[in-house]
Amino acid sequence: MEIPYTYEERRDTGLTSGRIAIWLFLASEVMLFGALFASYILIRTGAPSWPRGDTILDVPMATFNTIVLIGSSVTMVMAWASLMRRRFGTFRIYMGATVLLGGVFLVVKYFEYSHHLHLGEYPSTNNFLAVYYTLTGLHMLHVIGGMAVNAYFWGPGSKLYKTNPVWFTNRVEHSGLFWHFVDLVWIFLFPTLYLL
Amino acid sequence: MTSDHTAASDHAAHDPAEIDKHVRVYITVFVTLMVLTIVTVAVSYLDLSTPMAVTVALVIATIKATLVACYFMHLISEKKVIYAVLALTVFFFIALMALPILTVSDGYGIHE
Repeated sequence: MEIPYTYEERRDTGLTSGRIAIWLFLASEVMLFGALFASYILIRTGAPSWPRGDTILDVPMATFNTIVLIGSSVTMVMAWASLMRRRFGTFRIYMGATVLLGGVFLVVKYFEYSHHLHLGEYPSTNNFLAVYYTLTGLHMLHVIGGMAVNAYFWGPGSKLYKTNPVWFTNRVEHSGLFWHFVDLVWIFLFPTLYLL
Repeated sequence: MTSDHTAASDHAAHDPAEIDKHVRVYITVFVTLMVLTIVTVAVSYLDLSTPMAVTVALVIATIKATLVACYFMHLISEKKVIYAVLALTVFFFIALMALPILTVSDGYGIHE
């Protein structure tokens, strides 16, 4: 049995199943990160003193990572735009760049984490580091997940383009929505953890 | 089958001029996001009080997030069902953020 409304839109909602599904998933993700942010506010405001992020964390590295992640959002949306123009070759360049930029983000994060661990700064050291590792760790897992899906669409998953380009374009758009959400979360993580 | 494919996307997709317009918007948004990132870092070097620093940082982050959501995630031209889902999400998100603020504002159990 075929999955309904994979590329044709439902008449009542004007949406494909994938589109509504990814937005519902993102709504649940907002609540997941929301719960962690709420916990952060509670822990921070309840503490007698709290260190400024820039006294412990590396701001230039995180600024670089912010630029990398915003850049990857642009290449992601350009990958989708390339498919809308039916330029498959250009799509692969932009999608490849998106995966690579995700990789750069992870490498920078690896250096950041290993620096702190080398100094003996673990999640158990204090509440600031516990919040830092939890929030950035969960965010990093999302980066890895997004990269895996994007790499699949860059590679074996792109076979679908030959048989059903509209369905493939929709899939890339949905994967892009997730990727932009990951960028969006970082936009809030960066100032609240590193700068304040 | 082919007619289904062409009818499928809700964006004025296959019109190259329309896509070119989208691409110009993406580049403008990208430049704006870069500038706002630099502003966020620059502001953190100013000697602002904590409430003012938090306010400024969150206002800039919200502007950046709105740009990403509206243009990269196409929320500016989304369907009503998606807006309904997100309105519900925003309601519960605000409730979630209000919980710790209310807990702290009563002052019990803190600094005692």
